Amino acid sequence: MENGEGVVKKFCYINRKAPYGTIYALESLEVVLIAAAFDQDISLVFADDGVYQLTKGQDTDGIGMKNFSKTYTALGDYDIKKVYVEKESLEERGLSAEDLQALKYEDEDDDWAEKDSLFVIGREEMAKIIDEQDVILSF
Amino acid sequence: MKFGIVINEGPYTHQASDSALQFVKAALHKGHEIFRVFFYHDGVNNGTSLGVPPQDDRNLTLEWSGLAEKHDLDLVVCVAAAQRRGILDEDEMGRHGKSANNLAPGFRISGLGQLIEAGIQADRLVTFGD
Repeated sequence: MENGEGVVKKFCYINRKAPYGTIYALESLEVVLIAAAFDQDISLVFADDGVYQLTKGQDTDGIGMKNFSKTYTALGDYDIKKVYVEKESLEERGLSAEDLQALKYEDEDDDWAEKDSLFVIGREEMAKIIDEQDVILSF
Repeated sequence: MKFGIVINEGPYTHQASDSALQFVKAALHKGHEIFRVFFYHDGVNNGTSLGVPPQDDRNLTLEWSGLAEKHDLDLVVCVAAAQRRGILDEDEMGRHGKSANNLAPGFRISGLGQLIEAGIQADRLVTFGD
């Protein structure tokens, strides 16, 4: 990769805001899609109101904004395999894993078997994962 | 140390740009290197040459331009975020058939890859925003 000199860092994109109301979620997704081309070790984190970004059945007709929720299901095609959703953030909002879109990727090392890329994890484990990162971008 | 800086909010409404400016000045004063300053979200509005703040107030765009000239800083405005918000250089003006351009001296417009590259190249990527 140009100017990357083969360096692979752990990049973490933390999404903490609702999908609509502000532009942060959409523009975060734009960063992630570009970042995927740089062969870095990418993790996505969804916490606080950010968990709403992944919910099923979003309908934006009434607010006249682009519904970009389907783009999340394409993340697997960009080789993004680690999407962490904070369990407590879901619970605090009356949500559970069933309310979220399924995110999958095809594992090239396992005959392209379809595997889950979304992991619901607790706050403590989330802290550990964030602590391991080299670069954190929070939106 | 080599720093990358990300600014996610526009001038005046938020303190992000002021804080980043102070941080960059202090870092340079201590002999650190600023690899790049990347403007994203409403942060691209820091790059407009058309702001006219009151004379007894700071002019953040002028401050950034001045600092860039003095220290040869790389001030990069995200093209996608800039297009949405009406921040155009001469090339962008021509490409989109607009009647004016407003990118301040010392800033340049480029892609999000510049942000990722800053994350890779810098020892620390520091974000200023909300």
